[in-house]
Amino acid sequence: MKKLLALLLCGCLSIAALTGCGNSSSKENVVYVYNWGEYLDPETLELFEQETGIKVIYDEFETNEIMYPKVEAGSSAYDVICPSDYMVNKMIENDLLQEINYDHIPNAKANIGADYYRTARDFDPDNKYCIPYCWGTVGILYNKTMVDEPVTSWSILWDEKYAGEILMQDSVRDAFMVALMMKGYSCNTLDEKELREATDLLIAQKPLVQAYVIDQVRDKMIGGEAALGVIYSGEAIFTQRENPDLEYVIPEEGSNVWIDGWVIPKNAPNVENAEKFINFMCRDDIALMNFEYITYSTPNVAAQALIEDEEIRNSKIAFPDLSQYDNLEAFKYLGTEGDALYNKLWKEAMSN
Amino acid sequence: MNKKLLSAPFLFWSALFIIIPLCMVFYYGLTDQTGAFTLENIKAIATPEHSKALWEAIKLSVISTVICFFLAYPLAMILTGMSTSKNSLIVLIFILPMWMNFLLRTMAWQTLLEKTGVINGILSALHLPALKIINTPSAIVLGMVYNFLPFMVLPIYNVLVKIDPNVVNAARDLGANSVQTFLKITLPLSVPGIISGITMVFVPALTTFVISKILGGSKVLLIGNVIEQEFTQTGNWHLGSGLSIVLMLFIIFNMVISAVTDKDGEANAL
Repeated sequence: MKKLLALLLCGCLSIAALTGCGNSSSKENVVYVYNWGEYLDPETLELFEQETGIKVIYDEFETNEIMYPKVEAGSSAYDVICPSDYMVNKMIENDLLQEINYDHIPNAKANIGADYYRTARDFDPDNKYCIPYCWGTVGILYNKTMVDEPVTSWSILWDEKYAGEILMQDSVRDAFMVALMMKGYSCNTLDEKELREATDLLIAQKPLVQAYVIDQVRDKMIGGEAALGVIYSGEAIFTQRENPDLEYVIPEEGSNVWIDGWVIPKNAPNVENAEKFINFMCRDDIALMNFEYITYSTPNVAAQALIEDEEIRNSKIAFPDLSQYDNLEAFKYLGTEGDALYNKLWKEAMSN
Repeated sequence: MNKKLLSAPFLFWSALFIIIPLCMVFYYGLTDQTGAFTLENIKAIATPEHSKALWEAIKLSVISTVICFFLAYPLAMILTGMSTSKNSLIVLIFILPMWMNFLLRTMAWQTLLEKTGVINGILSALHLPALKIINTPSAIVLGMVYNFLPFMVLPIYNVLVKIDPNVVNAARDLGANSVQTFLKITLPLSVPGIISGITMVFVPALTTFVISKILGGSKVLLIGNVIEQEFTQTGNWHLGSGLSIVLMLFIIFNMVISAVTDKDGEANAL
């Protein structure tokens, strides 16, 4: 694995070096986009190239944490990136982003709902840096044929009746969010006592958990492999399409609401093209194409209105009424020490 | 001069993909976030969660190596006893799965072992009790043995075929029975192959993070998983590199042993 890791590092380096070279010849009409894997309809990129004549150089990342060091190092300059809430927060704090000029992105003001800008203020106080692209909640997906009681609380994930039938998220913040929210604490807490309690809860839960997974929650729930799983709302719509026995709930104790949005880094070589790209992505028809492709909720209200399938347009899962919930909280950046504390406790829980 | 020229691509390759990354691992492992020298990342192995992960990894990889050895040795002996035409077919069958991607094979095991998987489907159709090993250490051991077994068979087979039959015959002539011949002649002569096989199974098993993730459901935290997390999730490359250096010590130790016992490099000549 040592070699694999080393190879990986070198791969990153060489990619960085290559993109670096590409950027130096910025006379070319290009835009460098760095997005999550499978996070937009590839056809929209072709349409963008056809309409504007700007060539899209498109890279994908798997986690915010993989993306961040590449951007921070500055060797690979991207024009548009799509990080999540707390990572936007971190990038703002570390002065990696430039302010967005809304005059050049008219679709952003016109089409993106005010609710979402309000939520985004949790991590981008004046909406200066980030334009929401996708959003959703985290909740419990359960199989109605295997769970006969109503699911309302996170505490069902600690019910011994479902031992071996529970899928947890294999990611620090999401796992802690579940335990913290159940106790009524903030999912951004840095209080050691609260975190201790959450860690003990996660340790107590471990024997009941079938597996800690991320993307596989989807496939395993569709296949009836488990009764309950912690999942992102965007995946929930997809799973229900495949297996109608599945139901998604946001537990009453509250949950995490997340937003991924477009940002322009400080060292972007083609700011103008970046603005054109974001503006294009905010167009209602394009946002609709992307929504239908990835099934993650779009904050684009103009696109929401265009959804033909009435059931999805009015779906409480895809578009829950944010004003109905007062206990949905977005993740914030916790600082280096906060991150380290969470990770240490997570490792402790997992090695137990 | 010619020789030097010929080795240039290899030297370039090793510098780019082995030496430089290795230097980077050492650089990150021995510095902190500010770039100052520190041994904290190495000492971090002593914390309860890290040492437990290391211990789990050692335990599972030793078990897998032992199982591989006991499966591989008889198989290698059977192969040696066969005519060349027959055994090349069996060797081919053995190597064939290795042409498929390692990740894919491991995921296939997941599909086989799952609660609603293929094996349990067959078992329940036969009214037999379900197999419940997915997401347990046993499933990880199974994955390790399955994936790394060929690396044990081939080196052992390589030394066994090179043993001069006359040596064995001489032992029999002098009155040794088959057990004695095996213990006094065959086994000692095959030690280089065994050591090489052990290295080739133990090292990848010790460092794996994919098998424990896919077949263990991330419920068993191995040292490989900790390191992977430090790089991809936590973003603490310093700690990840520090722990990698610790792991490297184990691997170097293992390689030194195999280098000492296999001076002629026989076993590795696949």
